[in-house]
Amino acid sequence: MSGVSTHDSTAVHHDDHGHEHHKETFISKYVFSQDHKMIAKQFLITGIVMAVIAMLLSLLFRIQLAWPDKDFPLLEAFLGKWAEGGRISPDFYLALITIHGTIMVFFVLTAGLSGTFSNLLIPLQIGARDMASPFVNMLSYWFFFIACVIMMSSFFVQTGPASSGWTVYPPLSALPTAIAGSGLGMTLWLISMVLFVASSLMGALNYVSTVLNMRTKGMDLWKMPLTIWAFFLTAILGILSFPVLVSGVVLLIFDRSFGTSFYLSDIVLNGNILPNEGGSPILWQHLFWFLGHPEVYIVILPALGITSEVIATNARKPIFGYHAMVYSLIGIAVLSFIVWGHHMFITGMNPFLGGVFMITTLIIAVPSAVKTFNYLATLWRGNLRFTPAMLFAVGLVSFFISGGLTGIFLGNAALDINLHDTYFVVAHFHLVMGSAAIFGMLSGVYHWFPKMFGRMMDEKLGYLHFWLTFIGAYLVFFPMHFMGIDGVPRRYYAFTEFEFMQQWLTVNVFITWAAIISALAQVAFLWNFFHSMYYGKKTVQNPWDSNTLEWTAPVEHYHGNWIGEIPSVYRWPYDYSKPGHNEDFIPQTTPFSETMSSNLPHDFEGNAEAERIQAEWLIQNP
Amino acid sequence: MGLRNFLKLRANLLTGLIVLALCATSPVLAQSELAPAVYSAAYKTAAYYSLLFILFCVFIVVIGKVFKLHDLNSELQGKKSKANWNKINGALFGVFLIAGLFGTYWSYSVHGVMSHSVSASVHGDDIDSMFNVTLIITTIVFVLTHIALFGFAIKYPNSKKKKAYFYPHNNTLERWWTIVPAIVLTYLVVLGFFTWKGITEVPEDEQKKALSIEVTGQQYNWTIRYSGADNKVGARNYKKTTAANGLGIDFSDNASWDDKMADEIVIPVNQPVRFTINAKDVLHSFYMPAFRVQVNAVPGMPTHFQFTPKYTTEEMRTMENDPKYNYLLLCAKICGSGHWNMQKNVRVVSAAEYQDWLAQQQLYYNDDVKMELQMAQKSVVGDNKLALK
Repeated sequence: MSGVSTHDSTAVHHDDHGHEHHKETFISKYVFSQDHKMIAKQFLITGIVMAVIAMLLSLLFRIQLAWPDKDFPLLEAFLGKWAEGGRISPDFYLALITIHGTIMVFFVLTAGLSGTFSNLLIPLQIGARDMASPFVNMLSYWFFFIACVIMMSSFFVQTGPASSGWTVYPPLSALPTAIAGSGLGMTLWLISMVLFVASSLMGALNYVSTVLNMRTKGMDLWKMPLTIWAFFLTAILGILSFPVLVSGVVLLIFDRSFGTSFYLSDIVLNGNILPNEGGSPILWQHLFWFLGHPEVYIVILPALGITSEVIATNARKPIFGYHAMVYSLIGIAVLSFIVWGHHMFITGMNPFLGGVFMITTLIIAVPSAVKTFNYLATLWRGNLRFTPAMLFAVGLVSFFISGGLTGIFLGNAALDINLHDTYFVVAHFHLVMGSAAIFGMLSGVYHWFPKMFGRMMDEKLGYLHFWLTFIGAYLVFFPMHFMGIDGVPRRYYAFTEFEFMQQWLTVNVFITWAAIISALAQVAFLWNFFHSMYYGKKTVQNPWDSNTLEWTAPVEHYHGNWIGEIPSVYRWPYDYSKPGHNEDFIPQTTPFSETMSSNLPHDFEGNAEAERIQAEWLIQNP
Repeated sequence: MGLRNFLKLRANLLTGLIVLALCATSPVLAQSELAPAVYSAAYKTAAYYSLLFILFCVFIVVIGKVFKLHDLNSELQGKKSKANWNKINGALFGVFLIAGLFGTYWSYSVHGVMSHSVSASVHGDDIDSMFNVTLIITTIVFVLTHIALFGFAIKYPNSKKKKAYFYPHNNTLERWWTIVPAIVLTYLVVLGFFTWKGITEVPEDEQKKALSIEVTGQQYNWTIRYSGADNKVGARNYKKTTAANGLGIDFSDNASWDDKMADEIVIPVNQPVRFTINAKDVLHSFYMPAFRVQVNAVPGMPTHFQFTPKYTTEEMRTMENDPKYNYLLLCAKICGSGHWNMQKNVRVVSAAEYQDWLAQQQLYYNDDVKMELQMAQKSVVGDNKLALK
């Protein structure tokens, strides 16, 4: 290990030398940057732009749901034939929900979240100069960017964007005559998704190899912050599951364009008997959810990692049960591969298989429960500093509990019979993967903004943003559970044609207003984010008195992160408020020899020599 | 000094506001002559709401500045009356906890009542009791964990004077909160597993005893086929689909000769019914919330759901105190632009009423079909003759 580190430092000296002559151009610094910090910012800003777009799409369909009988001429002015007479058309409504889901799940919560924070934090928190392959890292961003552009371009084609739901179940997604959106829009969706998967694979391979190979001296796996553990496991999940989506997507492309029958059989559409025989639409669902279920953990694990770090730092307390936290992350990651069938209980799949998937699904609740209790224990008797990041982290815990508990209903095959594809599902995943993961992401943005931009965000605007969003999200999603229990299916264009749904019309109006207010609250964030980037208060090197390595790097960004040698690590990242120490934090770079008064027996991990020195010191300093 | 700055700031803000207001209304001015009256009204409303929002933002900015001035002032005068945001946020979590608990209670009692319905099938009672057990357990956990979460937020706000309690782990505690959820979940899994098995795994002889009905989903309606006297729906071959034979029934299978069509689902009460679900074009989902019944309709793969209705429509109308009450079949799987209105009426009646009703229904093997089949036969013969020549 030491050999590697010396080699590293000489390489850096060489690099520094090179830097004086090498002039960075605008293109190499801001566009085709290979610096992980810049790439992180690119991912973040693209993610924020996509999130705003997806949020606006959701407002459009919320307006339709709240006022199905009202005309909004303004909508026609913007949307043309998709909102003729000021009413969103049923086809466009489905396009809206499809693209909203696709953007939020893949572009915001996968790329925007992992892309931003894995890129920013992995090298900085493990003590590396950059990613294992900066070039591939750059490619990863640009593939993502092109995927975004292609996805958005589908709004500009004649037949409109893909509109068979974000899960794009065939045959609906395979047959352009079944729905207009399955024409060119769907082709663009598929191309975009292939590029997206390529991007996320390149990213994930980089994250895994960086974490495994490029940790600084002393940074063994059990000294890594939980953020890194979470990003590392997320990347592994991505590597193992995303290729399966590509295989599914390729088969769907074949079915759509080359006349194969992987997903199609026995179809008579508009009186035309299609020749396809022998395929099964269920095959797509298996392939899709083999990715799709790990995907929801790809979304939530980084958020949980960020929260662990933010809560420990701001509670000024070690994270409770660090090892249990890591083992539950691993447990969730492993189990996430054998639970996908709970999306398919009522597809006609063999009921026994459904039973098995129910068991695995409910088992995954155990490590999730452990994580929740450990968060609570971390807060207990803490010295809680409610920075905006901390508020969002607490918000995440609340959403994770609420959404996790409703998952116990849906994971139960018997209950799923009546709840499947209803608003209960919508409420569940918007709490646990929408709200919780977004809160994790926002928490990370507020916490590491100083690291990214060298300036602080405005705290009070952060408070306002948090409280409006937190309350708003609950007001939007909590009532939806009850609609689902009553049997209101999701993806319905209007509730007007069913007698029993009439009673929910006023609730829909309420939800829409709550959604509008929460959306407006994001203006506080956007203003805060972009304004603070240029005019925020300048930050100090370690604004949160944090232990992790990224705060030992200078505020100014250097390609290579640290000037001179990379700092070595001597202890775990959670020595907050350690008794006997004069400050309430001890950075990972502080050796035990400098903190004799606060060392505990188990700090030495059985190192006899260190224990002897400590014992001697204790005798000399009674 | 502070006041003068403040006034200056307000003057700036006002100028900004006027500029913004002009920007917001300019489309109205530009468009009002060209666009019809509705448009100008729409723009005016939009401009009105945007202005309202901008005013609100200004209000927020002013409040922010007041806070800043207050802080600066106290700093200058050496006072330590800076707002303690840790305490304020902690207290807000307290308010949120109380409001949230009340809101949850309110939602359970109002929305809960709105969403509650009597299960109209035998197995539905098992699902409902399973649901209630899960609801009670999760609600207890929900309330307790939130009391802990927000309670800690109120109780331990930051103060420079104290230090947090260094408490990195406690294996006993962790073991407990692994084991207890594991036990509770095992209980739910076992209960759920047997409920699920009881509903979905029907023994073969009971399958045969049940009344057999086939429902086929297509964009955007359901087609119903009763199995007739033999209680068997005849075979289908989608390639035999014609205008008269929309389901592609294979009439060479004589089980299909007595199959009957119907424009609503009518089923006898207290008698097991076995539905075979099909789809002609894309996925649909056969969903009847009142019976707690749902299964997907998959093209190329028939699926099944067997259940026993408990109350007739009339009984349900008295119980729900709603003379217009009807059981419904809806589509729960996105299937295209008409997905939101793909419904079918379902009527549960007494056994006698059912027999009367069924006797009136028409056969699928009707004159149109026969004629079509004869034509097809002829053309085949004709082709053969041609081939012989």
